[in-house]
Amino acid sequence: MKFLRDLMDKQKPLFEKGGKLEQFYYAFEAGETFLFSPNHTTGVKGAQVKDAIDLKRMMITVVVAMIPCLLFGIYNTGHQHLLAVGETAALWDNFGDKLWIGLQLVLPIVIVAYAAGGLVEAAFAVIRKHPINEGFLVTGMLIPLIVPATTPLWQVALATIFAVVIAKEVFGGTGMNILNVAMTARAFLYFAYPAQISGDQVWTYLGEKTAVDGFSGATALAVAYNAGVDNVPVEQALAGHNTVLGSDMFSFMNMFIGWIPGSIGETSTLMALLGAAILIGTGVASWKIIVSGFAGAYLMGLVMNLFAVNEFMAMPPQYHWVMGGIAFGIVFMATDPVSASQTEVGKWIYGLLIGMLTVIIRVTNPAYPEGIMLAVLFMNVFAPLIDYYVVKANKTRRLQRATV
Amino acid sequence: MSKVVKLKKGFDINLAGKAKQELAEFSTPETYAIKPTDFIGIQRPKVTVDVGDQVKAGTPILFDKAMDQVKYASPVSGEVIDVKRGARRKLLEIVIKSDGKNEQEKFDSVDLDSISREDLVSAMAESGVWPNIIQRPFGIVANPEDTPKAIFISAFDTHPLAPDFGFALQGQAEALQAGIDALAKLTSGKVHLNVDGSKNTPDVFAGLKNVEINKFSGPHPAGNVGIQIHHLDPINKGEIAWTVSPAGVAQIGRFIIGGVYDASKVIAITGSELTKTAYVKTIAGACVTPYVKGNLNSGHVRVISGNVLTGEKIDMSGFLGFYHNQITVIPEGDYYEFLGWAKPTTNKLSYHRALGLLSFLNPKKEYVLDTNGRGEERAFVQTGVFESVTPMDILPVYLLKAIMAEDFDEMEELGIYEVVEEDLALCEFVDVSKHPVQKLVREGLDLIQYS
Repeated sequence: MKFLRDLMDKQKPLFEKGGKLEQFYYAFEAGETFLFSPNHTTGVKGAQVKDAIDLKRMMITVVVAMIPCLLFGIYNTGHQHLLAVGETAALWDNFGDKLWIGLQLVLPIVIVAYAAGGLVEAAFAVIRKHPINEGFLVTGMLIPLIVPATTPLWQVALATIFAVVIAKEVFGGTGMNILNVAMTARAFLYFAYPAQISGDQVWTYLGEKTAVDGFSGATALAVAYNAGVDNVPVEQALAGHNTVLGSDMFSFMNMFIGWIPGSIGETSTLMALLGAAILIGTGVASWKIIVSGFAGAYLMGLVMNLFAVNEFMAMPPQYHWVMGGIAFGIVFMATDPVSASQTEVGKWIYGLLIGMLTVIIRVTNPAYPEGIMLAVLFMNVFAPLIDYYVVKANKTRRLQRATV
Repeated sequence: MSKVVKLKKGFDINLAGKAKQELAEFSTPETYAIKPTDFIGIQRPKVTVDVGDQVKAGTPILFDKAMDQVKYASPVSGEVIDVKRGARRKLLEIVIKSDGKNEQEKFDSVDLDSISREDLVSAMAESGVWPNIIQRPFGIVANPEDTPKAIFISAFDTHPLAPDFGFALQGQAEALQAGIDALAKLTSGKVHLNVDGSKNTPDVFAGLKNVEINKFSGPHPAGNVGIQIHHLDPINKGEIAWTVSPAGVAQIGRFIIGGVYDASKVIAITGSELTKTAYVKTIAGACVTPYVKGNLNSGHVRVISGNVLTGEKIDMSGFLGFYHNQITVIPEGDYYEFLGWAKPTTNKLSYHRALGLLSFLNPKKEYVLDTNGRGEERAFVQTGVFESVTPMDILPVYLLKAIMAEDFDEMEELGIYEVVEEDLALCEFVDVSKHPVQKLVREGLDLIQYS
């Protein structure tokens, strides 16, 4: 790697103070530190050695944890397409075709999200003269996973730019933001272009082809919601849905594994749990938020059962875990350390409330069949309040000690 | 009532280069220095000797005009050969060349039974042993006019490669007892001696009387006196406690018994880059050259007075700090590493499992750490990590943010009186975002102290 290092050293004076490209120093620095860990050493006083971890390593761990969801999403996109147009029935038939279709649809979204966000990130770094934040490594991967495969690319770009600027950079970059950046991007799409991110028609890619007779592109949540309206038991409605594509599409197991229509990366509870295992195993995400998030959803599901006035409210609570994006949202979005609660006690409360709010929004709000997006954003806003009281309790303990 | 406290939070940095439990012979250092920068809180240092003056061990050579009772003494007899100053004439070092005779100033002997507290204080302040007493909050040299609510002595050190005080203080039981008896006269409360609860208490400490012996166990920072105070008798606003290191207690004791300023101590010579690691009997402020030169097994090294968490970088010809009980020599880390942040490796030490995922397979592994900064400074991102290495009811990140914001009320409420740099040194080590935590803590303490 000597030649690369030599190349870097040769270019460096250009970007340093007094060099021709001085104003692009931070763009250069980002590339340099990505390739080579910098050579600065610890100071004269203070810790003389440092832990080997840095933010790059931490962020890339989150990206690694998302890879199962991404791969599953790619294949599922192709699978749902061929199912809908009636060219396949079994899961592993036409493996190559499904992969190819999925790749064609998903990869451009990933590339556009990274490119658009990366450009904004670099522009801000150069103008505001701060190092490029690694946080975008994660955001750029999260955004593609929470939009449908049919989302127009320009919308992906627009949403990413909006989220990076409004949700992050105006506050000062990664670590300063209040809202989860990727969730903000999705909320932007949801309210600005609802036609492309809600309803029954957007989740499955059809392309030029026509769907088989009797095909419905509705998500499990929409089916469950309508079951509540029509007063049909939810499990019965789910079983009777889309029988033209096979009878048990919305069986509990199938929804858990994730062979259902939905946003690219969020359909599979299994893959989200795999990601959770990586995140918890590496200690990058808080297990407290993940555990309390799932517990909160279950608890609220039970409460809904108690007061059930329609069939949707009477749905067994574990169905909430496997329908919609709740698993993905709790594992990857709620655990964002910057926008989540930052105290240990606060994390329990924060996770619990996200789970509960998600179910409340799902069940009681007729306009939004999915609740996790709003629940996470809502709790992002409330996390500092939770922390405020946890910190206050700490201060009070100290004060009481002094007066006793 | 003596207490037994088991701590869980923390992290032991297991480094290669531990000192063998034997007293080694090195050539005797020729020069010694008093570094005013060692004494935090010294405000207007005034040197009372000139270059060329002859001094004895115990001759006052420095005092603080803001607290002029306390004298700082020459550790050896000989000639003052240099008074080094830095930018804006900041006093850096007073260097003394030893004449090898070790002549000592003779002070009036102290009879602890009859002497009044006032006279004891002034005798200690005059003799040069007083700066061993540190005041909490702020971690500064204690003011003789104060009366502390209690005095705390941590009899073990959990820092990386730290010396075993049980070994280093062998044969000092009498001096320790005298020191403790003297300290007991200074406080209105108790003298606490905190020993390592995970091991048998070394003989020198086990027999001590007139003192409350508490047991602490757990990973570093269990041996930090600040952590121990937090669990025994925490410091609230307006309260003052004093702390003394065991070596300091022994030095005070030798003054009480013999009426001399005897700055000798046994320190550990440690670090992965040294061929011979051992204990050595030396004198505070000694030049480290004899211990390091010719003892290296590699070329590009950093010599640290103290340990790798809280120590100070010194030259190969630098001087041992007044409060330091060890020297550590580790590789200098000024190199680039290709994809250093991403490469899988087992040679790097990390508290975080994102890097050290499989380190639990080999918990006894000794690491060679260098001084590379391991990445750049960023905003706070990861949460919960500082809390997990700080065994106190304190929220370090909130405290640090309050310091950054210079919010005085917030700093007080979040417990700045309970910490000094070393208590949060582990946070600086484990920090993903690479903040200069110890520097921040000192800035916060300065803000509070001088406002």
